[in-house]
Amino acid sequence: MIASSRSPLVWVVHLSVILLVVLWTLPTAGLLISSLRDKDQLAVSGWWTALSTSSQNLTGRAASPEAQVERDGKFVIAGNLLEGGDAKVSAFGFRPLQPSAFKAGALADIGDGQTLTVKDDGSYEIVSPTRMEGTRGQRIFYTAAVPPRFTFDNYREVMRAAGIGASFINSLTVAIPATIIPILVAAFAAYALAWMKFPGRAILIAVVVGLLVVPLQMSLIPLLKLYNGVGAVLGVPAKTYVGIWLAHMGFGLPLAIYLLRNYMAGLPREIMESARVDGASDFDIFVKIILPLSFPALASFSIFQFLWTWNDLLVAMVFLGTGNNELVLTGRLVNLLGSRGGNWEILTASAFITIIVPLIVFFTLQRYLVRGLLAGSVKGG
Amino acid sequence: MQQLIFAIATMAAGVLACAAYFFGTNWILDKLFPSKGLTGPVASRNLRITNAIRPWLFLGPALFSLTIYLIYPVIASVWLSLHDRAGENFVGLNNFVWMFNDGEFRQSIYNNFLWLLVVPAAATFFGLIIAALTDRIWWGNIAKTLIFMPMAISFVGASVIWKFIYDYRAEGTEQIGLLNAVVVYFGGTPEAWVTLPFWNNFFLMVILIWIQTGFAMVILSAALRGIPEETVEAAVIDGANGLQIFFKIMIPQMWGTIAVVWTTITILVLKVFDIVLAMTNGQWQSQVLANLMFDWMFRGGGDFGRGAAIAVIIMVLVIPIMIWNIRNAAKEMEGH
Repeated sequence: MIASSRSPLVWVVHLSVILLVVLWTLPTAGLLISSLRDKDQLAVSGWWTALSTSSQNLTGRAASPEAQVERDGKFVIAGNLLEGGDAKVSAFGFRPLQPSAFKAGALADIGDGQTLTVKDDGSYEIVSPTRMEGTRGQRIFYTAAVPPRFTFDNYREVMRAAGIGASFINSLTVAIPATIIPILVAAFAAYALAWMKFPGRAILIAVVVGLLVVPLQMSLIPLLKLYNGVGAVLGVPAKTYVGIWLAHMGFGLPLAIYLLRNYMAGLPREIMESARVDGASDFDIFVKIILPLSFPALASFSIFQFLWTWNDLLVAMVFLGTGNNELVLTGRLVNLLGSRGGNWEILTASAFITIIVPLIVFFTLQRYLVRGLLAGSVKGG
Repeated sequence: MQQLIFAIATMAAGVLACAAYFFGTNWILDKLFPSKGLTGPVASRNLRITNAIRPWLFLGPALFSLTIYLIYPVIASVWLSLHDRAGENFVGLNNFVWMFNDGEFRQSIYNNFLWLLVVPAAATFFGLIIAALTDRIWWGNIAKTLIFMPMAISFVGASVIWKFIYDYRAEGTEQIGLLNAVVVYFGGTPEAWVTLPFWNNFFLMVILIWIQTGFAMVILSAALRGIPEETVEAAVIDGANGLQIFFKIMIPQMWGTIAVVWTTITILVLKVFDIVLAMTNGQWQSQVLANLMFDWMFRGGGDFGRGAAIAVIIMVLVIPIMIWNIRNAAKEMEGH
């Protein structure tokens, strides 16, 4: 609106936004690309080179002399170093100190009248005037351009071996009930705080606003003690799914009540008054009028709560066990960072699986997320 | 799979139980004190009684769980912070005395203040810049979506993403971490960034800034749109240039929103835990309060006294913002 008529400034704006967008998306793009790369290539070259063919120095061994055949009075050992791969050999050699002494297709004299040649498709031929002896094949050094290779192998690997598949189910088990159960509880409370008259209402609203910012850390130790106590009295394990659902509900309620109350308080008073004149009770009004009208706010809160419970690490670490059928994705990822710290093919694929669900939620329901953020924070502005 | 079915069944049971509670209690209330179809003093008395009871039926479950999960623990944490590791013997302020003499705690406080200085400022700054820039271009919404995206990523996932960027290979070998590759490209020497004391704090902060800028941008962008056109038009007529309009007309009208964004991120920073745990676990002098607290919760079987004392410190740092929030909410309610 300010610079729209001055073209050089417009270009500066476009360029800076492009730069910022690249800065913000590059990290995630790197993760995604890396997770799809061949693990040997991933370990030796940066993901930004994923599309270019990489030049690698490799060593191979020709077939042993037992495989030689007689052709036109000469003895020949033939084969292919690349075994059908689509790499291209550019140079080869037979001494470790001169691994690329000869161009692909050239004829190298390797002594005793024997010659070696390697073509660019990897096929080699050793030709000797006499029968060759020995059991070991000739060593061949070569430089090959290996084309990029993309694969889902890393994903197959982590789903099976690294336990990500099991943790995916565990995370769903935590997140779905922990998102849905608080909604009804919060909606009723929000309606009472928005539209019913009773003593202490203002204080309760202030308490809810205050609780919005109470650090989770304050709750951890007393609740851990409480859970251990309850577990001991009832003879059940202290760390259960029911326990973490209730914990997530308790921690999510202040935001839920706050968001829903603000939304409901903004609904037109006339609707409720006319319903009341018709003899509807508060309960009828809430169930038949307010609840359906509050759908956008309910959706906003559900998205927040789902993202928060899915992405949570702290609550799961304290209130849920670490067995294979309880460890959530975030917890598993932290463990992998410790145990498989250098195996980037494992880490990148695992990380991508943990972020894919929130990303899908984000891209499909972004509208509600933005609306919820605005309702939850814009005050006094 | 089985546990997922169990989860869905529990969820259905939970929702049904909630619904049954609300419907049931209301039905009982209406049966006990009927007012429909009645007239006269009995009806109005019953109506008064039901109107006095019903709010508490609506609020009941929420208040119960807020009390158990937030109010009681706050009080209990303060109590525990004055007791020994098992929470049995009263030790007065010993835990706090220990804390302020503990090098690791002082390191954490110092680091936390660094985080508090840098992260909210940087995230708000970038958010404001991006909001202002994207407002003027036709593909602004696409740009905003992409910058907002990290918000959906977990702190642990983001830590893996950035750990990959900070990855270090010995000098001379090919770097697969983006940062070191760039440094080497420009002729520098590669470094193991997260192990550099002091500076590693900033490398960890980048992750949180990366996540939170989208949040700041969304809120501030809405505030920008909410600025009355007339004020900008008047400034244009008076001959103000773009920068003057931005800094002298727009920013002053957004102070309230900027403060909200700033404080929200500040609270998040005080609680930052996952990033430090995943990146360094407090090694190389990068410890912060929340991670230290978690550490003491389980260290050597768990020292609840010290853990609670650290939690209390975090709480004390949050209280000013809490009061400010409550005041704002109260002001807003009076306005309604």
